[in-house]
Amino acid sequence: MSAESISVFSPKLEARLDALVKKYPVKRSALIPMLLYAQDEVGYISDAVVAEVAIRIGITELEVRNAATYYSMLRFKPAGRYHVQVCTNISCMLRGGYEILDRFRQELGIEPGGVTADGMFSLEEVQCIGACCWAPAIQVNYDDHDELKPDLVPGILSSYRGKAKAEGKTPHA
Amino acid sequence: MPKLVSHPDEVKIISRRFGQGAEKIDRYIELGGYEAVKKCLAQGSDWIINEVKASGLRGRGGAGFSTGMKWSFVPKQSAKPKYILVNGDESEPGTCKDHLIFLHDPHSVIEGAIIAGLAVGAKMGFIYMRGEYRTLLEIMERAVADAYARGFLGKNIFGSDKEFQIITQTGAGAYEVGEESALMESLEGKRGVPRIKPPFPAVVGLYGGPTVINNAETIATVPHVINMGAAAYAAVGSPRNGGTRLFGVSGCVERPGVYELPMGYNLKKIIYEVAGGIRNGRQLKAVVPGGSSTPVLLPDEIDIGMDFDQVGKAGSMLGSAAVIVLDDQTCMVEFALRTISFYRHESCGWCIPCREGTDWLKKSLTRIHAGFGEATDIDTVRYIAENMLGHTFCPLGDAAAMPTIAFVKKFRQEFEDHLNGKPCPLAKMGLPQFTVV
Amino acid sequence: MPDVTFTVDGKKLTAPAGTLLIDACRKACIEIPAFCYYPGLSLQAACRMCLVRMEKVGKLQTACTTRVAEGQIFYTDTPEIAQVRKANLQLLLGNHPLDCPVCDAGGECELQDMTFKYGAGVSLYAEAKNHREEQQWSPAVFYDRPRCILCYRCIRMCGEGMDVWALGVNNRGADSAIVPNGAGHQLDCEQCGMCIDVCPVGALTSGSYRYQTRPWEMNHVSTVCAHCADGCKVTLGVRSTPEGAAIVRADNRDKSGINGDFLCAKGRFGFDFAGSDERLTQPLIRNAEGKLAPATWEQAIRTAAAKLKEIRDAKGGEAIGVIGSNRLTNEENYLLQKFARTVLGSNNIDHARTADYPTFVRALAGHADKAASLRDLASAPAILLVGGNPTEEHPLLAWHLRTNVRLNHARLYIANSAPIKLDRQAKAVQQISADGYRKLASFLVHGESDFAKTILAEESLLVVLSADVSGKPLADLIAWGLKRGNVRFALLGAYANSRGAADMGLDPALLPGYVPVDKPGPFAEYTNLPTTPGKNFAQMTAADSGLDALLIVGANPAAQTKLDSKTFLVVQDLFLTETAAQADVVLPAASLYEKSGTLTNTFGDVQMVRKAADRPGVKPDFEILVRLAEAMGAEIAKLVPFGKRGTTGDLGQSRGAEAGEADRHAVWLEANNLEPRLSPFDPFALFDEIARLVPGYSLDRINLFASNDVHSAPPAASNFVPAKALIAPARDTLFTSGTLGRYSQSLQQLEQHQTRKQAKSAAD
Ligand SMILES: Cc1cc2nc3c(=O)[nH]c(=O)nc-3n(C[C@H](O)[C@H](O)[C@H](O)COP(=O)(O)O)c2cc1C
Ligand code: SF4
Ligand code: FES
Repeated sequence: MSAESISVFSPKLEARLDALVKKYPVKRSALIPMLLYAQDEVGYISDAVVAEVAIRIGITELEVRNAATYYSMLRFKPAGRYHVQVCTNISCMLRGGYEILDRFRQELGIEPGGVTADGMFSLEEVQCIGACCWAPAIQVNYDDHDELKPDLVPGILSSYRGKAKAEGKTPHA
Repeated sequence: MPKLVSHPDEVKIISRRFGQGAEKIDRYIELGGYEAVKKCLAQGSDWIINEVKASGLRGRGGAGFSTGMKWSFVPKQSAKPKYILVNGDESEPGTCKDHLIFLHDPHSVIEGAIIAGLAVGAKMGFIYMRGEYRTLLEIMERAVADAYARGFLGKNIFGSDKEFQIITQTGAGAYEVGEESALMESLEGKRGVPRIKPPFPAVVGLYGGPTVINNAETIATVPHVINMGAAAYAAVGSPRNGGTRLFGVSGCVERPGVYELPMGYNLKKIIYEVAGGIRNGRQLKAVVPGGSSTPVLLPDEIDIGMDFDQVGKAGSMLGSAAVIVLDDQTCMVEFALRTISFYRHESCGWCIPCREGTDWLKKSLTRIHAGFGEATDIDTVRYIAENMLGHTFCPLGDAAAMPTIAFVKKFRQEFEDHLNGKPCPLAKMGLPQFTVV
Repeated sequence: MPDVTFTVDGKKLTAPAGTLLIDACRKACIEIPAFCYYPGLSLQAACRMCLVRMEKVGKLQTACTTRVAEGQIFYTDTPEIAQVRKANLQLLLGNHPLDCPVCDAGGECELQDMTFKYGAGVSLYAEAKNHREEQQWSPAVFYDRPRCILCYRCIRMCGEGMDVWALGVNNRGADSAIVPNGAGHQLDCEQCGMCIDVCPVGALTSGSYRYQTRPWEMNHVSTVCAHCADGCKVTLGVRSTPEGAAIVRADNRDKSGINGDFLCAKGRFGFDFAGSDERLTQPLIRNAEGKLAPATWEQAIRTAAAKLKEIRDAKGGEAIGVIGSNRLTNEENYLLQKFARTVLGSNNIDHARTADYPTFVRALAGHADKAASLRDLASAPAILLVGGNPTEEHPLLAWHLRTNVRLNHARLYIANSAPIKLDRQAKAVQQISADGYRKLASFLVHGESDFAKTILAEESLLVVLSADVSGKPLADLIAWGLKRGNVRFALLGAYANSRGAADMGLDPALLPGYVPVDKPGPFAEYTNLPTTPGKNFAQMTAADSGLDALLIVGANPAAQTKLDSKTFLVVQDLFLTETAAQADVVLPAASLYEKSGTLTNTFGDVQMVRKAADRPGVKPDFEILVRLAEAMGAEIAKLVPFGKRGTTGDLGQSRGAEAGEADRHAVWLEANNLEPRLSPFDPFALFDEIARLVPGYSLDRINLFASNDVHSAPPAASNFVPAKALIAPARDTLFTSGTLGRYSQSLQQLEQHQTRKQAKSAAD
């Protein structure tokens, strides 16, 4: 394993995860949130994340994987810094979800599942995200964007590019 | 930020604080918050359960089971701790009502959970929210922290001798985790696979303790029931269906949104009056009345009251009261395919009929949709769905089978029109290519 | 639980309240199909094959989770149920590759059988099937995902049954797949192969068996595992080869015998030593240049016999030593000691002792029913395990202990000098010092610690003693238990017939059944029986043993010690071991899988060994001994009472797969003016004599011949003082099996696979 295993998490995340395991009557209840928070920082569930989480919860890596692979928000490959999740489920489909997806495809030049060459964006077609009455809707990381039209897509992308520039950090993973 | 809508026919009980800044604890209190729980502290557990029973409140998660009855199943004495579980997994396509409650009125969920705890003698509650609701989770976490700070949660709530703790929890993307026992598994850090029943959660639930699990809207309604009084609340709705519901209207209407209407309110009126009719002057083709799992209704089947019994009688279900409206530009094969793709994606895979059935249905529908189906495929699709129905480990299999059967039954002609090399004329999703051998 | 009466398909059935409907039905011969249900493992209700109609209930119910109660009415054979089963199979077959013609499980597949029975013969599926590449998880286990029906039996067997938890399931829905625990799809476990065994289809296949044969091309021979002292019953799949018959598989799928469906890696995969290229298949004689050179059986037997006879006649039997084996059958060991004592006239006979059975037997003498059978471990309410590591050394014992704790809530107490895996099942663990076993009896007698107190509070107790306890401490512990009452005992030796070797008198001072040589009792009928104890194993294998000749049968002392180079050495063995390599005459022997007879496991359970495989060129040790004796001029009918005076029937076991074998015997018999009715090479010719003379071995033959285990009681009376002798516990692991294990490629590979894994995890 690489240098990752020396320090997978930032001190801030470490502190958060330390607190997390103490939150529940049973430690293992911290597993799913821990994986999600780890993914938020590392970018995906890497082998090193699995190993570290297994130690923190006190279960085997196999048990971590059994659970982790069940949940569709957890991914095992790096994503872009901004992970664009386009809902195409029925309510969104009825109001143009697929057009939105197509527009992201074009603008980013990637297919769902892909990551842009600069690591800035990744694209995913997702199931319902609980914004059906404000369809079509997407999430970029955890930000909601609803009542979309294809022409709003370029603006959304450039706002994130601007945000990245302002924050100045390189894309994770 | 989701748009709030309104209509004169609305009866605002659950939604009365929406858009009023009630996510802040002071504002919530100003708007009458945390009064119900004080009343309940004074009255005691039997009184609460009787009030909730008498209110006619039925579960807002989908099945519509009497909330008061459910609470009464929890044993009074228990060696293991009892728990309240608020189901905020809200993943049924078409459904986004709990979304607004978490966004605008998080304290009502907290207050309702405390009351449920007082009713059954639980000292701890969990609010489980789907992983995609991260920003809503943060709102809820702040509300919980504020309630602790005020002494509304903790060892001696409101200065009483009663204890109640709340823990918030995030999911990570799984519809099946909305099923009550699968949710408990998930909360215990496991795969979201449902448990064998019996034992039922009221007896053996989270961490093996007796557990009440209710939908977030159900829980958020409870303080209102207490404040209004059971009789007044029951009177708002239709017989055996107390109160109001948050109807999420989505799809091809002019004014989609979440509307709070009395139970039993007419479906046709919801579409044509409340939600402003079919958008762009189009014609109505079909309505899915209660979330993606519920069988589709034809335009001539929608003159019904929206409560559990009347929708049931019409051959569908009220479910999560998510009304999805389809116009004449919608291909029913494609709609069926998109619906089934969802269940194929969400089946936990535990049992054969659901795991294999959803996979097969998706493949067959994909082929039919692309114009590569054969005449027998339509019967095969129906055959698969009918043989899944009632035979799966949990209701997810039924949730996939029921709408499929209805699509084929009610729109058979449209399926046949796709045969013989005729791909979908209205396709919105891409059409895959098949090699015919 | 009180019995309740309920109705299934119009038949009134009775079962204890709370019995699972599926079990109750199966007992009444009403078939309920099931994939996920597996007796003894946790309930799943996942496959939905067992759905039945229960009267007054809307939905169909799973028979695997429904517990019967008074008055219930069920239907399992209606058209509705038939359709459910058929449709469920159709769904399963949709993604199933249907590669039955090349699938290992073809012909033994539960999915095939159910499809045959319940229909689904026509495919409705026109879609491309989900495909995934096959994975090799370890040398022993392969996984073929498309064939997998996700019944979760393997996961539960590995976790609940084996307490290994090396399998899991990843992804969800139709993408679900069984996964192993190691990185890169590697399986890091005990490699027992139980997952392969319980797989109802051909999704998990065995590295050694896959693509070898079709099940109906095999003969299935029920015998006993050749490895450890637990004595699992095993069914060998045998296929004829141009040269004889080769073993291609080992399992215990009929779930009979003391092991039920259990087998460990050794039992399941370690049979391949028998087919090893390194087997000796020709006798060898040391030639003038001092090299071992191939010879005929005739020459080899004559050379060995002549030399032995010469020494005996010149110097007496004391100049010759005999070492027997922990892996010979009882009949062979009996014959060996009889040969030593009556033909050679020597008490110089012993074997490599792995446990102190003489002390065990002596201490229990006079107390009936105090020696536990292995079966008792599966049900005893409280067990004290002293020393050892059953998970490695006695896998079946460990299985029974785990299962007993899991299913019956048995209380397991462990006193050990090191942590062991079974601690996880233990109610209490007492760490003792490495030499603490000596003081254990007084520790328990005084009962001061909490550990001792809880044990003393147990109403009944089964004490399992590892080989680390021997001599006085062993006698003291047993004395403590006997005084306490309601305590039974077991002592753990190492190999397939370590107990039998001791019971059958491979002992310089004790005749079979622990009868002292100086008071031979029934053995007085032996001619020439010397009555002073002979040399023991250590003395005979010393570099200065001073023996003129040494006959070593199935043992390899030279691996540990330097033998006396001046001794004329005759070795009977399967391989050119360190010992055989030094021999003057080497006689290639048949393995335990190539002969018949009986074995006694360390608990005293006797089981039948049946000839499964055949290897040209080798002979069973029994036959070799008879031929040696004959060549020395001994009266064969006295050594092996066959023919009119002997057993009443010809059980024919040693005749084997080669028809010519029997003819050769007949020719030999004719040539020697003997009655060709029953061959002196037939170990069963000794059955009556052993039953008559050896205390404790008058066994229930019907059960024995039916391949059931029969418990042999230690002799009721014994009047000897156990001699001090070297006890060398074998300390084998899951993948080692003394010298024999070195010749099993499968075990070597598994050991390598597992050490590689450990090395990797230790380094990072
Ligand atoms: C597959 C499946 C998914 C479900 N999803 C949800 C959900 O997202 N939210 C919810 O409240 N109930 C959901 N339910 C219903 C719950 O199992 C349960 O009935 C409900 O939370 C009980 O609350 P109630 O009585 O207040 O309705 C689901 C049920 C099934 C079978
Ligand atoms: S019906 Fe079966 S496979 Fe489907 S979600 Fe329920 S348990 Fe899982
Ligand atoms: S045996 Fe009952 S569901 Fe599988």
